Amino acid sequence: MLLNQFLLLGAVLFCIGVYGVLARRNGVLVLMSVEIILNSVNINLVAFGALNDDVGGAVFALFVIAVAAAEVGIGLAIVLLMYRNRRSIDLSEADMLKG
Amino acid sequence: MGLLILAAEAAPTGPMSVSDANWFLANAWLIPLLPALSFAAILAFGKRMPRRGSELGLVAVGASFLLAVAAAVAWVAHHGAHETAPAVHRSVSWLVSGGVRYDAGILVDGLSVMMLVVVTAVSLLVHVYSTDYVAGDARYTHFFAFLSLFTAAMLFFVLSDNLLQMIVGWELVGVCSFVLIGHWWEAKANSDAALKAFLTNRVGDVGLLVGMSILFFAAGGAFDTLTVNSRIVAGEVSHTALVAASACLLAAVMSKSGQFVLHTWLPDAMAGPTPVSALIHAATMVVAGIFMVARLYPVFWDGMAIASSSVNLLALVGAVTLLFGGLLAFTQNDIKKVLAYSTVSQLGYMVMALGVGAWTAAMFHLFTHAFFKACLFLGSGSVSHAAGGFDMKKNMGGLRRAMPHTYRTFLVATVALMGLPPLAGFWSKDEILAGTGGWGLLGGTGGNGAYTAMLLMGLAGAAVTAAYMTRVIYLTFFGRYRGEGHPHESGPRIVVPLYALAAMAVVAGLFNMPAGFQLWPEAAQERFGHYVEPVAAYFPPIGHATPSWSLAVVSTLVALGGAAAAYRYYFVKVRARSRAEGQSLTELPDGPTAANKLARAGHRVLADKYYFDHLYTGIVAGGVKGPAAKAAYWTNQKVIDAVVDGAGRSAVAAGRAVYDRLDQGVIDNVIIDGAGRVSDSAGESLRGMQTGKVQQYAAILFAAAAVLAGVFIVVVSL
Amino acid sequence: MTGALAAAAADGDLLVAQNVFFVAIAAVMVFSAFRCVTTRNVVHAALWLVLVLAGAAAQFILLGSEFVAVTQVLVYVGAIVVLFLFGIMLTRASMGDDETASGEKRVMAAVVAVLLGLVTGGALIESFSDTRLVINEPQPTSLVSDAIFSQYIIAFEAVSVLLLAALIGAIVVARKD
Repeated sequence: MLLNQFLLLGAVLFCIGVYGVLARRNGVLVLMSVEIILNSVNINLVAFGALNDDVGGAVFALFVIAVAAAEVGIGLAIVLLMYRNRRSIDLSEADMLKG
Repeated sequence: MGLLILAAEAAPTGPMSVSDANWFLANAWLIPLLPALSFAAILAFGKRMPRRGSELGLVAVGASFLLAVAAAVAWVAHHGAHETAPAVHRSVSWLVSGGVRYDAGILVDGLSVMMLVVVTAVSLLVHVYSTDYVAGDARYTHFFAFLSLFTAAMLFFVLSDNLLQMIVGWELVGVCSFVLIGHWWEAKANSDAALKAFLTNRVGDVGLLVGMSILFFAAGGAFDTLTVNSRIVAGEVSHTALVAASACLLAAVMSKSGQFVLHTWLPDAMAGPTPVSALIHAATMVVAGIFMVARLYPVFWDGMAIASSSVNLLALVGAVTLLFGGLLAFTQNDIKKVLAYSTVSQLGYMVMALGVGAWTAAMFHLFTHAFFKACLFLGSGSVSHAAGGFDMKKNMGGLRRAMPHTYRTFLVATVALMGLPPLAGFWSKDEILAGTGGWGLLGGTGGNGAYTAMLLMGLAGAAVTAAYMTRVIYLTFFGRYRGEGHPHESGPRIVVPLYALAAMAVVAGLFNMPAGFQLWPEAAQERFGHYVEPVAAYFPPIGHATPSWSLAVVSTLVALGGAAAAYRYYFVKVRARSRAEGQSLTELPDGPTAANKLARAGHRVLADKYYFDHLYTGIVAGGVKGPAAKAAYWTNQKVIDAVVDGAGRSAVAAGRAVYDRLDQGVIDNVIIDGAGRVSDSAGESLRGMQTGKVQQYAAILFAAAAVLAGVFIVVVSL
Repeated sequence: MTGALAAAAADGDLLVAQNVFFVAIAAVMVFSAFRCVTTRNVVHAALWLVLVLAGAAAQFILLGSEFVAVTQVLVYVGAIVVLFLFGIMLTRASMGDDETASGEKRVMAAVVAVLLGLVTGGALIESFSDTRLVINEPQPTSLVSDAIFSQYIIAFEAVSVLLLAALIGAIVVARKD
């Protein structure tokens, strides 16, 4: 196997995730896209770990999984709060920061 | 609880052999553990206890106090048995990561044992005091829980054997301070004060973190205090790194110990309950900074070049603080704020002492100050308890008859704070003054260089201290009662701690009679310094100043002078005026400060005594004054006014011309309006980007990252 | 991906099975991910996400990191997706369709994504086009655990605190007061 097949897979997933983050309007769907991004990063980490025969890649992939769990927890809590306050989770309506 | 029983059984056993002694030193970790356990216990089931948790705290701190005293006795025995008095150091490896060991342990030497005794003693008395003072409070249990936690954290801090542990303890005491200042958080002022204390301390904490990190790397990757110190003393650490580290750590000291510039939180911290002010913001926590300097003294010794300079930052900060803090105390009417500024000032003495190399003097002052300042604070609490407020001018006055016990103990502590012999403050303050080495002319040499400026500021500070404390005494205890309540003496649980602390304020000085003091047996001289100051490879070779009679006399006279000036103003003048007017005055209506009054009084004495003064002021000056004044008036009206008027008229004319032509025509139309138009249109076009839509920002972010990465790749591959 | 196969074949250790699996799983993952970010049904999106995550777990097994793969299934597929489904239910707003994003926004997102893809893809091909990955045997879990609890203990502690903070934060943010 080549290293690049995993890395390119990761890159493609990353781009799809970015597309999702930018194009989706539903807060929950944006969070899902973020998960895709994190997974692509994990594939990279594990692939490089396997390349160097180093356990660090796997360890940090695990850490990323843990952080992702925390991120989803907080993210969904924020989305929930937003829903409760505005009865909508449409991110394009959340534009109170506009200048 | 099992530990408690063990301690109770072990403490009273007869004379201690070294092996017995070592048990107390080696197991000093029990001392912080007990209050920590009591914290958990009070939180868990304090509310269900008959005394709502306070008994748990009392028992734990009491046991800690016994253990601390036993450890002190053991240390004396241990020290007697060893020439160089090695510190008792025990640690366990918490974890090893990346080749660095993270230990947790205890470092027991004279310094930490002294701190253990001070902290547990004051804490115990404050606990007793609080059972009465805070009685009936809605968060009584909570209060005792945090007193316990604070005690545990402070003890943990002073016992810590490595830099990381110190940081942990440092932050823990900060949190407890925050919680306890805001104990009555319903009032906005209190929670503001708590936040201010916390945030001001964060400023210093950044310095602490950075400083400790620099130390860690400079000392070759060791957190262990003994190792770090030894390497510095052995000259293995670069001077530049130590300069940086000591400067950063100084920021931490300035915030925690209320030194000038970062001292502002300390007076506000008096919003907390008075026992907290006594324990945390006078006797123990605020000296954490001092302790840190003392513990890491080689860092400052080398970094601040203490032995080889006549002024260094540490000494300067301390000296400025002691003077300014003292002067600020004059202007306060809240008794606790006066004491707070006094604390700032006294902490300044300690920092200055450390800065001039008088390590032992600083520690001794820390020791004595803890007792008399805690006594003063608790006394002020007792007074306010009776008088119903802290404002000396509104709520107090004439309380000495109503509260004889409080008055007596307060007076004793005041005299100790003023530094009058033979009370504790005199011995420690005089040692600091001698330690400046600025008294070279009249003996008192052998310090670490001639810090004459520090000596003078220290003397000035002594006079100021004596003066403002005299003011406090008058306003609080003399005159007539100005409040509206019915003052009464506080209960025994308040009075007994006051007497205990006042007793310590009397005798604490005896622990460190100066070497060569003819009136004291030689074997009992300098005991404090002998046992507390490390004689080991982890301590720099500091010089010891020889105290001198001349300096002692001068400093006493200076303090008496300050007291006398204030006495003359308050006890003589204000009192006489009060009697004459039939009301209890706090100030003379026409004499704003004691200093001015003193100057005027001195002038009058001179005027009364010398006929020549009348001649000069009345006849010569009066004769000259009249014609000269007339001439001046004429010049003013005719000559100067004409010039001014002319200048004014021409200026107006010129101004109008400039306004019409230049301002309106060129600048407004072209430059100002043009700039406005440009920025307006730029704003309009840029405004499109500022949509407030998060995803659009994210798109810009990703696109920019992609472009930059592309540029980077191209640049690298070229 | 045929290039990868050809390169492996040229070296004489043709691991047909591994490469076939890789290509199959990768194709499923890319397709699912694409559907996940384009489908209009929110619940379907979550289910497509499951496929992506499971595919990632399969890739981890191919890479010899069994423990990471198992954790991936447990945490992601088991917990996080369920969390998402709960989130979808609690926010009721659009059980069904995600309102169509405006065309402009999609174009913008697509441009950015393609730009990113070009940059990263180009960089990868330039740097690693002939780096070979030899996986002899799966990584023992004991190695991972040893590393976590010795070499990376600080990171581990930091993550633990982060999780605690997230726990408290989520409760504080989402509770009704």
